Amino acid sequence: MASNRNIHIPELSLVVLMGASSSGKSTFARKHFKPTEIVSSDQCRALVSDNENSQEASTDAFDLARFITGKRLKAGLLTVIDATNVQESARKDWVRLAREYHVLPVVIVFNMPEKLCVQRNEARPDRDFGKHVIPQQVSQLRRSVRHLKLEGFRNIVELRSPEEVDDIEAIVRDPLYNNKKQEQGPFDIIGDVHGCYDELVQLIEKLEYQEVEGIYSHPAGRKLVFVGDLVDRGPKTPAVLDLVMTNVKAGTAFCVPGNHDAKLLKWMNGKDVTIAHGLQESIDQLIKETPAFREEVKQFLDGLISHYVFDNGNLVVAHAGLREEMHGRGSGAVRDFCMYGETTGEIDEFGLPVRYNWAAEYKGKAMVVYGHTPVPEPQWLNRTIDIDTGCVFGGRLTALRYPEKELVSVPALREYAVSKRPLQKKEGQLSLQQQHDDVLDLSDVTGKHIVETTYGHNITIKEENAITALEVMSRFAINPKWLIYLPPTMSPSETSKLDGYLEYPTEAFDYYRSAGVEKVVCEEKHMGSRVVVIVGRDENAIKQTFGIENEGIGTVYTRTGRHYFNHKKTEQDFLLLVNDALEKSGFYDRFQTSWVCLDAELMPWSAKAQSLLETQYGSVGAAATQSIGRAVAALQQAASRNSAVVDLLEQYQLKQQQTKQFIKAYRRYCWPVHKLTDYKLAPFHILATEGKAWVQESHEWHMENIQLVCEEDPTVLLATPYKIVELNDEASIQDATNWWLSLTAKGGEGMVVKPFSYIQTNKKGLVQPAIKIRGQEYLRIIYGPEYTTPGNLNRLKSRGLGAKRSLALREFALGVEGLERFIKKEPLRRVHECVFGVLALESEPVDPRL
Amino acid sequence: MLLTITSAHQPASDLSYLLHKHPDKVHEIEISSGVAHIFYPEVSETKCTVCLLLDIDPVGLVRRNSGPRGNDFALEQYVNDRPYVASSFMSAAIVKAFSTAMSGRCKDKPELVNVPIPLEVELAAIPVRGGEAVVKELFEPLGYTIQMERHPVDPKFPEWGESRYFTLRLTNTVTVQHLLSHLYILIPVCDNDKHYWTGQQEMEKLLEKGKDWLPTHPARVFIALRYLKHQRSLANQAMAMLLKDEVTEDDEEGRTEPEQKIRVHDLRLQAVRDVLVKANAKTVVDLGCGEGKLLKLLLEEKQFEHLLGMDVSYRSLEIAKDKLRLDKLLPKQRQRIELIQGSLTYRDKRIEGFDAAALVEVIEHLDEPRLAALEKIIFKYAKPIDVVITTPNAEYNKRFGNLAAGQMRHSDHRFEWTRAEFQQWGDRLAELYNYSVVYKLVGEEDPEVGALTQMAVFTTKDTTIGAQRFLSYGKQ
Repeated sequence: MASNRNIHIPELSLVVLMGASSSGKSTFARKHFKPTEIVSSDQCRALVSDNENSQEASTDAFDLARFITGKRLKAGLLTVIDATNVQESARKDWVRLAREYHVLPVVIVFNMPEKLCVQRNEARPDRDFGKHVIPQQVSQLRRSVRHLKLEGFRNIVELRSPEEVDDIEAIVRDPLYNNKKQEQGPFDIIGDVHGCYDELVQLIEKLEYQEVEGIYSHPAGRKLVFVGDLVDRGPKTPAVLDLVMTNVKAGTAFCVPGNHDAKLLKWMNGKDVTIAHGLQESIDQLIKETPAFREEVKQFLDGLISHYVFDNGNLVVAHAGLREEMHGRGSGAVRDFCMYGETTGEIDEFGLPVRYNWAAEYKGKAMVVYGHTPVPEPQWLNRTIDIDTGCVFGGRLTALRYPEKELVSVPALREYAVSKRPLQKKEGQLSLQQQHDDVLDLSDVTGKHIVETTYGHNITIKEENAITALEVMSRFAINPKWLIYLPPTMSPSETSKLDGYLEYPTEAFDYYRSAGVEKVVCEEKHMGSRVVVIVGRDENAIKQTFGIENEGIGTVYTRTGRHYFNHKKTEQDFLLLVNDALEKSGFYDRFQTSWVCLDAELMPWSAKAQSLLETQYGSVGAAATQSIGRAVAALQQAASRNSAVVDLLEQYQLKQQQTKQFIKAYRRYCWPVHKLTDYKLAPFHILATEGKAWVQESHEWHMENIQLVCEEDPTVLLATPYKIVELNDEASIQDATNWWLSLTAKGGEGMVVKPFSYIQTNKKGLVQPAIKIRGQEYLRIIYGPEYTTPGNLNRLKSRGLGAKRSLALREFALGVEGLERFIKKEPLRRVHECVFGVLALESEPVDPRL
Repeated sequence: MLLTITSAHQPASDLSYLLHKHPDKVHEIEISSGVAHIFYPEVSETKCTVCLLLDIDPVGLVRRNSGPRGNDFALEQYVNDRPYVASSFMSAAIVKAFSTAMSGRCKDKPELVNVPIPLEVELAAIPVRGGEAVVKELFEPLGYTIQMERHPVDPKFPEWGESRYFTLRLTNTVTVQHLLSHLYILIPVCDNDKHYWTGQQEMEKLLEKGKDWLPTHPARVFIALRYLKHQRSLANQAMAMLLKDEVTEDDEEGRTEPEQKIRVHDLRLQAVRDVLVKANAKTVVDLGCGEGKLLKLLLEEKQFEHLLGMDVSYRSLEIAKDKLRLDKLLPKQRQRIELIQGSLTYRDKRIEGFDAAALVEVIEHLDEPRLAALEKIIFKYAKPIDVVITTPNAEYNKRFGNLAAGQMRHSDHRFEWTRAEFQQWGDRLAELYNYSVVYKLVGEEDPEVGALTQMAVFTTKDTTIGAQRFLSYGKQ
């Protein structure tokens, strides 16, 4: 194995150094490996006993070494064991550990002259473990050397002299055979062919490959990948093999082995195999071929690699699929899994083994494409897909286009074999993913979590916040399949410097200008309840898209994921009105969708916040009216005999006035709801439709498209007035400011300023997606009746927005992320992670008045 | 907030001596949360009226971060009735403004101190939890004549109903010292809230200020309970914060369960324990363990080798940990029991592999459509050999006089099932997941409506589950 100056080892391996004490292992390790790659028994002894020579600490030291090694191998890191390892039992342990993590065990033997070791050892005063030790180790080593292959080591390197050791210049780490990460595609991955040559050629042509002398190339540089099971059952196994071999050799195709291919190889190698499951057809057909061809087939099948990892690790192809922890690893177990999958040990009603559903538990990032089990229709489950559509059983031959994720297939020309398990598609069932998503896993949401997002980088969810969110989600939230989005919190503008105002448009415009934004959209802010509305054309649209049955044509939920309406019927009746308007406005056709998710405000405030109004706002008004009214009366009486109370009287008269304004302020947002048309829905974002999250469109686009729908039913739908403001144009700013003044003078809540683009970033990252500027009178509801008294207002003006703004950005990034994952049809847990994250972040303590 | 005291004693101006406040001045007294003003609207030979006007600083109220951590939520929101109502702030102002009078001293006319005089008190707005009946219970035994007027929440919206605020007028012939001590204690009792942390010293204050009259007051227990009201826990506050504009019925307030809770609930738990003992279960998971009452019963049985309590409420788990004295158990006992936060709407590997699962009065707290997830989590994934589920029997509700038809026993119940509904559900699950099921009633049985509680006991028919479990004990 050792070339003159270089040693080759697999890039992911467990390198076991073996040699007597003082044979030079540690020096060698330090020279050729990173310090963190070396797990040394001496060091472990020192860690557990403060003495690296303590033999009493050996047991604990080896436990520690094993533990560290296990963690490293799990993480896919090459590890070097620096210990004597002259005893078979010690080496066995390492081989077992390597197998457990599916890495290749490698041994480097330091077979040094005994004299040399003894001499070196004598020079080390700290080691006095008896004269017999080194000779014993040397003899143990020499007896073992020839068994190393049998013990399971894949690479064995033996060094016999210090000169040989010194001659080694480098240890070269060879990529594993399955590592095709640099092959980035695009690919066309083809399911189980089973000798169906004609269909294969049709499919390849349909994929627009061009053939020259048996080599299929694609103008766009696409390559073919075969998931294995080329042979058996079908009519033209040799032709299929020929095509695949030719193209693999030419570099235009890749192929992984299937169980049928492996069995055929066994037969060709003269092993005793049961001839069944269509092997006979292969045999009969191959016998007619030349011996040279058969030899070529043998070589080819023997050289197939269990699985491939393509495209920087984003794509894995294996015949029967592959668990995440086995991706890019090498062991007998990996090979077996790749070819046979896993079974539960049970037998199903058709007498076939029940397969263990590894894909249901798959949480990896890589897409796994496989075949092996015929299915009526390929379906995604947790980023895995089975594309064996049973061509040989009269089904179809299917290819998956990567990275497009498109399926292309051709029908079988006839049924070549009869399947034991019927291949009919069950109509009306939820998709595999949707069925799987009926139940989410707790471990995906609890504890500290980090959610990767496209726009906001990594967002950390703290454990204590997850605890609160879990309770809210479990006790109050609706079916999580509906929850594709929770709205982010919104920060107010910086505090105004103007007398009498806490908020004023200037600061919002200044913020955006300084963030590098040139154009903003101002939208009137409605005072109601923030809701997310999902509407489908019909129940079937909901079933198709959300995997929800018997819960109506949609839902309306609050910012914490609860039902907005207490009664299902009211909700559905209300949604019918929205649905009508969408139909009439041609929305569904224009957007080529059968459903929509809207972000909206639903009024009146009193409809949802009734108990809050009664126990808090109304109550404060009632208490203040009584209390201050009587105080004013008493003060007036006192003033007639004592002028010293006049000041106090004036103060209380002001309070009386403020109380009246406070009551007026909240009353504005209250009206009784007796019928559906007493509700007013003001949508402001078209969050998502089929295949699209509309976060790349400007807010003007959103407003215009929503307006078209609202016009169809002005009785319940409210188009929000808005203005577009050029931040470099003083007149434009003045106009918007005046607009805000007039809105708030009429008692309006105020307005929201958003950057023209939905997602706005600058050098520092995301810019606030929206900033609210609330009116003077409205703020009485938030800060209390007396907040405008100068002594109060001046103190209220010192408020910090940092926490709120940071929260707003994180929640916004999570919200968008959830939507995008949903429309990409990712597993629900990936969407839920975002939604749960927003809820968890919302439990962070932030001044609720902001 | 305004407190008015009027004296009809002759000469009326004696009141000013008793209170130690000159009638021609406007007195200003700093209190912790603002200023108290004292002034006299009327001073004549026949009538003397004094006002204590409490000017609470609403901004300071929120900003001040005194008191133990978390206390800033005790009075909830930022739009607050505290500046406008008689509350513990008023008690604090009384004790500060009229400290001399309260201690029974009067420098100029000491002979007046112990003389009962005709007095009238008006509280402009006082919140009373429990309404008129509570006021009567508190003040009538002390000899007061009561006149009270309740105010609507908002006259523009009559449908919002009555507020909890009253204008309260009390008349009595009583010493000023007693009057003030009555108000000092009974105002916060009416309100049933405190603006500060209640600790050990509160008990002493109550005993000292009420020593002359509280021991003989017929409502003394009620008074003490409310006066010494404890804080809501921090965990609850986190919840309140999250749901800030979607008020949830507070458990304590929302509880309308009319049964004689203690006896019936104990009975239910004993029935569940008996089933688990009989099933020969060695490991049990209590799903929705709440404060750990069932776990406590099970811990006493040696048969149970491992007990896992799960609840979604972190606060309940904290209480359970306390009640089960987990910190004080011997290591061997401690190893038998574990508490975890978890949810019945998420699959959880930690609850898989138990001999038995108990869900005592749990399913009715889930929205009915969410039961689909619960069913899968328990019967498809966790797969215990036995599952015991109890839930209210809705038919029995008509035996409760105070429940309107269709009303449920608890404000957080999302549904309550009749016996037929429960059995239909159970039968479907048993069929779907290969379990056998028997139904039992818990509590005294009524020939027409059955018992208060119904119970279903599921047992798996899948022998491999049982066998695997059995082998895993390492026994033959």
